Amino acid sequence: MSTLLDVHRGEGSLELQLSGEWRALKMPEIDAALAALDLTGISKVVIVADRVAALDLSGAWRLRELVRQLASQQIQATFRAAEPDQLRLVDQTLSDAAVPGRPASPETTAAVDTHLEVAIRRPLIDIGRSSIRFVRHLRHGVAFLGRVSVTFARALLQPHRLRPISIARHVYDTGITAIPIVALIAFLISVIIAYMSAQQLISFGATIFVVDLVTIGVLRELGVLLTAIIVAGRSGSAFAAEIGAMRLNEEVDALIATGVDPFEVLVLPRVLGLIIALPLLTVIADIIGLMGGALLCRFLLDMPLTQFVDRVNEAIAPTTFWVGIIKAPVFALAIALAGAYRGMQVRGSSRELGRLTTVSVVQSIFLVILADAVFAVLFLELDV
Amino acid sequence: MRYPILEVRGLVNRFGAQVVHDGLNMEVYEDEVFGIVGGSGAGKSVLLRSVLGLRRAQAGVIRIEGRDITQMSPTQLRTVKAHYGVTFQEGALFSSLTVLQNVQLPMIEHVDLAAHELEELAMLKIRLVGLEPDAARKLPSQLSGGMIKRAALARALALDPRLLFLDEPTSGLDPISAAEFDELVLYLQKQLRLTVVMITHDLDTIFRTCNRVGVIVDRHMEADTLERIVNNPHPWIQAYFHGERARTRLEHPHGA
Repeated sequence: MSTLLDVHRGEGSLELQLSGEWRALKMPEIDAALAALDLTGISKVVIVADRVAALDLSGAWRLRELVRQLASQQIQATFRAAEPDQLRLVDQTLSDAAVPGRPASPETTAAVDTHLEVAIRRPLIDIGRSSIRFVRHLRHGVAFLGRVSVTFARALLQPHRLRPISIARHVYDTGITAIPIVALIAFLISVIIAYMSAQQLISFGATIFVVDLVTIGVLRELGVLLTAIIVAGRSGSAFAAEIGAMRLNEEVDALIATGVDPFEVLVLPRVLGLIIALPLLTVIADIIGLMGGALLCRFLLDMPLTQFVDRVNEAIAPTTFWVGIIKAPVFALAIALAGAYRGMQVRGSSRELGRLTTVSVVQSIFLVILADAVFAVLFLELDV
Repeated sequence: MRYPILEVRGLVNRFGAQVVHDGLNMEVYEDEVFGIVGGSGAGKSVLLRSVLGLRRAQAGVIRIEGRDITQMSPTQLRTVKAHYGVTFQEGALFSSLTVLQNVQLPMIEHVDLAAHELEELAMLKIRLVGLEPDAARKLPSQLSGGMIKRAALARALALDPRLLFLDEPTSGLDPISAAEFDELVLYLQKQLRLTVVMITHDLDTIFRTCNRVGVIVDRHMEADTLERIVNNPHPWIQAYFHGERARTRLEHPHGA
């Protein structure tokens, strides 16, 4: 027998002697003890609670549940002495009375779902809701772009509003500190291209074209694209998280209340900083990429460095480098806007912050690749 | 002799060269409401953090229900944490969980309960602190300041602790809500036979709810009954209880 409950069986009746600690932390034991009660042929239960060592609100609630459960089985439950005070408190709490500062409330009734509603109305409502949400998001996005543009135009007229110190900080955070990882990735990618293409071209005896592949691939596409994707992961997410955390702390509201435009101090310096930093990072990625190609050609294909340089000069058109680098500011704009926009949308909870940071990274990478595709078509038409 | 449910002996807290507490002593007895008062930077929050086991003090003994928490392993400390409830200044509700889930969290962590018990016990606590049932489904960001304080109190009471810590329970509330909250604390203290330790600046709250008051001055604590502490000769205590703002309360200790 458990230490919480002593059961004395009489003629059609039970006497429950409660003892020990009837506390929230003992709930599993209390449940187990009560579940083990054998109620067959019982019409009357007497509960003796005066020897219980501790009875807290949770314990009292469980006793009240027991009485209710017995009543539903037509078993009369009584207390030997008076009911413990704690039970009265449970009843009082659940009956809307007496807790200070609680207004009397009407009972809320749950709506009952009909079959028709589940089958037809719900999906329709969902489609309608998500369409409206989509249109609203689109409008907010355009409005955000508009505000950034207006803020930028105003800042051009009053250059102190450009906040050069803040821009410099963001160039440092998004550019300088990203150099090691960008350089490493550019190096590895060019080595991979050179190695893969050498394996194929060696069977034609055309290994010299490895140089063309690496040079054009890195300068036109991969240098800028990979740099943008790394920066989207590093800085796009940081923008969203920084601005989002400031929103949660009501810092953005404090800025507005102080008469400072958050677009001017939070969004614009990040956008301009990244527009400066990403092209510079791309130049570094291009240089390291070519160096990686040269290194692999030297050691895998035994191609002297002078021959590599000569071949590079033949392979590239005057526009090849610029075709790559011109994309960088556009990618930077997409990344910075997506990050700042999602950051400004954060409200309410830390979960929102996490969700929108994720969304900002996914969207900025998507936008970068979309813009790259547009550029590809554009350059094809322009024949550069 | 009453039994101290919380006892602090010779507590020393230092941050580098700055000494916050230097041999601080404090006792809190069963069934009382103990107020902790002190100037900004006097170390009220550091004291609370030490007592809650959030911070290891440099020296001293802290006994909760007779057991010294400074010598405990993290596992032992966990069982002690199930025996007290805390509300933090800004509520510190988990912002991604509803009020109901916030209240259920300590229950899920410490007790193995059936789903319907979890639901109904959490609801009981929510109603106990005077919140409407429909507030249970709301997120903390959808609550008013007063409701956040009540929800935090419901979470603190989730496991029916005997010892309750309140950090600035009425800060940021309007005087009417603050008075209602004081009444709620008194009501619960009486009904649940709680021992309440509260940090507060609010003179109204002190005069309405506290039996004894501990003032942190000069890195020590001066503790006494409310009637006697106001006559303590220490200049800071005199300034605190006999300043312009305090005088009206002394003349009418329990409101108008």
